[in-house]
Amino acid sequence: MDTRERPLSPHLQVYKPQLTSTLSIMHRMTGVALAVGTLLLVWWLVAASLGGEAFTTIQSIIGSWFGRLLLFGWSFALFYHLCNGIRHLFWDMGKGLDLSAAYRSGWIVVSLAIILTISAWICGYHSMGVL
Amino acid sequence: MSLRTDLGKVRGLGSAKEGVAHWWAQRLTAIALVPLMLWLVINIAHLAGADVKAVQAWIASPVTSVLLILMIVAVFHHMQLGLQVVIEDYVHTEWLKVACIIAVKFAAIALAAISLFAILKIAFAG
Repeated sequence: MDTRERPLSPHLQVYKPQLTSTLSIMHRMTGVALAVGTLLLVWWLVAASLGGEAFTTIQSIIGSWFGRLLLFGWSFALFYHLCNGIRHLFWDMGKGLDLSAAYRSGWIVVSLAIILTISAWICGYHSMGVL
Repeated sequence: MSLRTDLGKVRGLGSAKEGVAHWWAQRLTAIALVPLMLWLVINIAHLAGADVKAVQAWIASPVTSVLLILMIVAVFHHMQLGLQVVIEDYVHTEWLKVACIIAVKFAAIALAAISLFAILKIAFAG
């Protein structure tokens, strides 16, 4: 008997991307990115404790365009993971689980993450005297 | 009608065993990290471009030292719990999965110890 070649499930590439699933995988990806980002935090603390050349080195690396790009990505990842984490905590309490509420809170999380990231950078540039 | 045993109800954990502790620790560290990370980002933004003396003075102040210590403990605990779930989901070779989880645990504890030492060194030895 011939067995028909059945499609494998799940066929993720045939689905239209949805806000809910995109934000879900983003939560995980930003979490992993933040785990890598802790290395920078540890390096910064150690450099501050050593002082002198060690601190000048990390200061110039963070200050470079690539360093700032990394830090910008890291700051957005942090704010996104933080806001979406709060969304998850509400879900854990059984609140906001219906489809319309999940979409609404999803857009709120994205907007808040963008607003907080930009605010933090304005604050940073302001204390450097640039703004 | 509940299918749970009397003993299970009394112990409160049902059949979940230690999974509940992992889940709960993930949430508790998450709640703790909300104010701690907001506090950290605000202060780091204020320290942008500051020299080492200013950064050391900030870290050495008692409130900052204590909050940084709490933040480091919560961050690395939360990171270890989160990465463990990711590893369990995607690494299906049993020995490799266990090896990755152990490596992440060791790395989290080592990084936390290094950070705490650096904070305390600045606070006490300047």
